[in-house]
Amino acid sequence: MSGPALSCTGVVKRFGALEVLRGIDVDVHEHEVVALIGASGSGKSTLLRCINLLEVVDDGVIRLDGEDITDPRVDADRVRGRIGVVFQAYNLFPHLSVLDNVTLAPRVVHGVARREAQASAMALLARVGLADKAGAYPDRLSGGQQQRAAIARALVNAPRLLLLDEVTSALDPELVGEVLTLVRELAGQGMTILMATHEMGFARQVADRVCFLDDGVVREQGPAAQVLGDPVEARTRQFLARIIEAGRL
Amino acid sequence: MTSTPVVSRLQQEREAYRRGRARRSTLVALLSTTAFATVLWLAVTRSPGWPRVQDFFFNVDVARASLPRIAEGLWLNVRVLAVCAVAVPVIGLAVAALRTLRGPVFFPVRILAAVYTDVFRGIPLIILLYLVGFGVPALRLQGVPISTTVWGVVAIVLTYSAYVAEVFRAGIESVHPSQRAAARSLGLSYGQTMRIVVLPQAVRRVAPPLLNDFVALQKDVGLISVLSAVDAVRAAQIEAADFFNFTPYVIAGLLFVLLAVPTARLADWATLRATRREQAGGTV
Repeated sequence: MSGPALSCTGVVKRFGALEVLRGIDVDVHEHEVVALIGASGSGKSTLLRCINLLEVVDDGVIRLDGEDITDPRVDADRVRGRIGVVFQAYNLFPHLSVLDNVTLAPRVVHGVARREAQASAMALLARVGLADKAGAYPDRLSGGQQQRAAIARALVNAPRLLLLDEVTSALDPELVGEVLTLVRELAGQGMTILMATHEMGFARQVADRVCFLDDGVVREQGPAAQVLGDPVEARTRQFLARIIEAGRL
Repeated sequence: MTSTPVVSRLQQEREAYRRGRARRSTLVALLSTTAFATVLWLAVTRSPGWPRVQDFFFNVDVARASLPRIAEGLWLNVRVLAVCAVAVPVIGLAVAALRTLRGPVFFPVRILAAVYTDVFRGIPLIILLYLVGFGVPALRLQGVPISTTVWGVVAIVLTYSAYVAEVFRAGIESVHPSQRAAARSLGLSYGQTMRIVVLPQAVRRVAPPLLNDFVALQKDVGLISVLSAVDAVRAAQIEAADFFNFTPYVIAGLLFVLLAVPTARLADWATLRATRREQAGGTV
């Protein structure tokens, strides 16, 4: 194995006077699952948006397979095509059927013929358990189904890296399981994943490493069992104690 | 399908009571409407000036005599309307799209589009009609049509495209940024995102206000009469002068209303449908 699949070094992001990311160092190796944990506003989503080039970093370097993607000369569309993203609010296109949501990128970006794109999309939809919903519109699906459709859409470009931004936070409790099961399967199949999550139990089961973001810096990172079970930093312990109080661990 | 549901006695009583109330409401509404209409009718027809009003505004003989020329004029309005109804959305959408372009290269285009909407929404249509409709043919430029009707159409299209551009722009901006984020994350370019993800959603959302603008356009095509094109309004004016009677105006007005009613109903229907769709779970 050469270097990490994704490597963030000293990443800084400001929104006006507010410094959201204050020098983040995180690596994700191939076939590795890394969980970003931390309170709301700690910078988890912002970091994911920076990696996907939806935000321009104010300092630091992000490398994807060794290539500096924060270089302004880089073709952002091409980089984004290599990264799959699943959002908290699904963000499916409401005017397109589930099948069209999934086939959009291959057809438009990669020029794949409709029939061929549909065949591979159907295989993906079968993989996420939505083969029978291909023709349905997103509004007609449950939250869990929408999120699984969004995952299928994110996988369609055969991404190098999958970014999951609190993918279960908008779901009713009884629908969380079906999405987590799917993510667990993807991890088992060797997908490289960086996920922001509030599901500590899930992070512990699935993540190889956990990274605790606090106030725009990485306060602690290490093997999941260590960070979640026996954290070194006082801030991590505080955070986890609050989560346990809330009954989420 | 196989059997009607069994309803408890209590429920049967409730339904009987509700039916009774409904019958009563209908009866009350019928009576009050009849009483109100009768009073209104008597008040109008018994008033001292009524025969003169009837003779001046609702004269059947004048109506019959003037209708053919007015209808002929209306045909010109309909043709003008058809041209405008095609040109306005095309230009409006183009201007709206230009205004949302990013990047320094497009700076002059953005400015131009913004100035266009500001100027042509601000300038009274009647002034523009005089300027373009009489002014341009007066230049006697070679290869430029001298028909005032053609330039009247141009003036209407210029004004309405500015309004419609703003409607489209509002629609474009109403599509949640997360939709763009999702599209760009898939590797779609700015243009692809706009064309495939943003615009289809935007156009659907602004269909009701667009139809409303169309209703307004339907009657504003009558303004080409100021350029002495013989449309329904101008024909009514001529007839009114001939008979020294206002009935032709009433007839022309009535024809415009009849033209607008189907569109108004269509606009209501489209609004209702859009509301239902939003309530079905909405977008992001």
